[in-house]
Amino acid sequence: MMTREPAVLFMLIIFPLAMTFVFGLAFGGIGGGGTTSFDIGLLNQDVTSPQAEWSQSFVGNLTSSEVFVIHDFDDNITGQAALLQGNLDAFIVIPEGFGVSIESYYGSPFDPSAWSNSTIGLYVDSGSMMAVSAVPSLVQQALLRSIFGEAAVAVGLPVEIGSPALVESSTLTQWDFMAPGIFAFAAIFMTMIVAQSMTVERDEGLLRRLRTTPASSADYMLGHTVSYMIIAVIQVTLVLAAAYLIGYRPSTGIAGIGFTFLISLAFSLVSVGFGLISATLSKSADTSTGISFAFIMPQLFFGTFMPLGGGLEFFANLMPSKHITDAITTLFLRGAPITATVIWVELAIISVVGFLLIAVGIFLFRRQGTR
Amino acid sequence: MSESAIKISNLTKRFDDITAVDDLSLEIGWGELFGILGPNGAGKSTTVNVLSTLLEPSEGSATVDDHDVVFDPEGVREVIGVCPQEPAYYPHLTGKENIILMGDMHLVPKDVLDERFRTLVEKMDMEDHIDRLAKKYSGGMIRRISMLMALISDPKIALLDEPTVAMDPKSRRAVWEFIRELKEKGKTVILTTHYMEEAQELCDRVAIIDEGSLIELGAPKELMKKHQAKNLEEVFLKLTGKKLREGV
Repeated sequence: MMTREPAVLFMLIIFPLAMTFVFGLAFGGIGGGGTTSFDIGLLNQDVTSPQAEWSQSFVGNLTSSEVFVIHDFDDNITGQAALLQGNLDAFIVIPEGFGVSIESYYGSPFDPSAWSNSTIGLYVDSGSMMAVSAVPSLVQQALLRSIFGEAAVAVGLPVEIGSPALVESSTLTQWDFMAPGIFAFAAIFMTMIVAQSMTVERDEGLLRRLRTTPASSADYMLGHTVSYMIIAVIQVTLVLAAAYLIGYRPSTGIAGIGFTFLISLAFSLVSVGFGLISATLSKSADTSTGISFAFIMPQLFFGTFMPLGGGLEFFANLMPSKHITDAITTLFLRGAPITATVIWVELAIISVVGFLLIAVGIFLFRRQGTR
Repeated sequence: MSESAIKISNLTKRFDDITAVDDLSLEIGWGELFGILGPNGAGKSTTVNVLSTLLEPSEGSATVDDHDVVFDPEGVREVIGVCPQEPAYYPHLTGKENIILMGDMHLVPKDVLDERFRTLVEKMDMEDHIDRLAKKYSGGMIRRISMLMALISDPKIALLDEPTVAMDPKSRRAVWEFIRELKEKGKTVILTTHYMEEAQELCDRVAIIDEGSLIELGAPKELMKKHQAKNLEEVFLKLTGKKLREGV
């Protein structure tokens, strides 16, 4: 039946697929999941001093990194402008006296008062979450390599800071952070379709007709719910396949994929429940779309891949979509094992909320009657 | 089997301050083709809706095959097939899918359902159109599909609410023939209509109601003889002082 209703087919299947391709290609690229590169602007003001070899070494270490694509600038103003326009992920200014500083260090390595200090200017695109988190650390690494050499970077210490995330994050794209949200994104729109179909069935007299048969209201609701759960399975399958096609490789195995289907089934209950409530509140099929968006929009903005912070986290945690996104993120991005307690807690939350919403929806829908 | 197929006792149905059915009492026997006649708004559909468990009486009672419509609606629904006045169907399903869906709702076994479907479609002369999407049917075809949806469960009692409204004469004749065959098979048929010639042609007995009240009950020929009228239209005119279609 879905294939005979282009609008429904679009919302439930084509739209999630399109979102996967659009976001995947825009933020990950075909074959994404490989190394991210950052466009770095560079202004070297220490090119003419006798100690210029140090700055050249630093530039060499930055350039040799596969992560940075270096663009040379002749003045600070042009570089800053490029950064502001979003043409650069970061802009580095090597000050005059950079080489002198290093030389002074080697002259008196244990006497800081004898050092000639200088400061590297590092300006990062605050609009890029990836750049903000990754560029400063990578620049620091290049600097240490320039001052102390390769051996110094790898020197053994009795205490070390476990920071595998630094290495990992440099191989992730923004798409890797967004992909888990797509699964919730796809299922959220079921609310609208459920609301529309329920109001149409009510307004067209179909519910009245069905009520003259031995099938009970519970049979009817169960039939609808199961059909939408099947659609949820189809959605997850297609989104996973599409994401895989454009290079997405989640950090989980078959069990994790199985869990994704399970939690998506639970989340479909949430969407059906909200759909039933929307249908109850709607006087006609036309208004049901608008009313269903009162449930859809908060879940989209607070619960999927939209960046949040601060006090908004509180509202986000009230959204069922946030919990499915968090669970899938934990599996797909953090590579947590299937036994991780946190994902089962998220599944329990979604399941309980789903069953409650369905129960409330059925109660309200039955109380309203068939008009 | 109960004594009467349908028993209505002092049935009253009010909607706020409007009395749609007023103290109606009727008894309909098994195998009877019974007509409920009256203009639009007379209370025909309300009576059918009470009998099909969609509405609860405000006062009085009604039983269908001894199942009370209020206290045992499930029992009622197992023995009835309802063809509503406004044909309710899934436009994005084919005619066949709509009919089969109703059979499934009545838990008809698949092999029985397939056989019954073929027979009904053939009788209704719908074979060439049955696989088309319902939204592409004409009004007359939709009404015929709606009737098949009501009868696919092979109900003991068929409640047909204005089944031939807006049909062309040829289609209407075909439906009449179909209804006659139902009676020949021993089905009890309740037919509401405001077409007097339809009732005259088909029904064993008719109840004429106006403004919710029963004003006459009997076989069409008996009523015409009793009121010295040429047809039921004239009977209605003599009883109410108005033409039946005035209320249409």
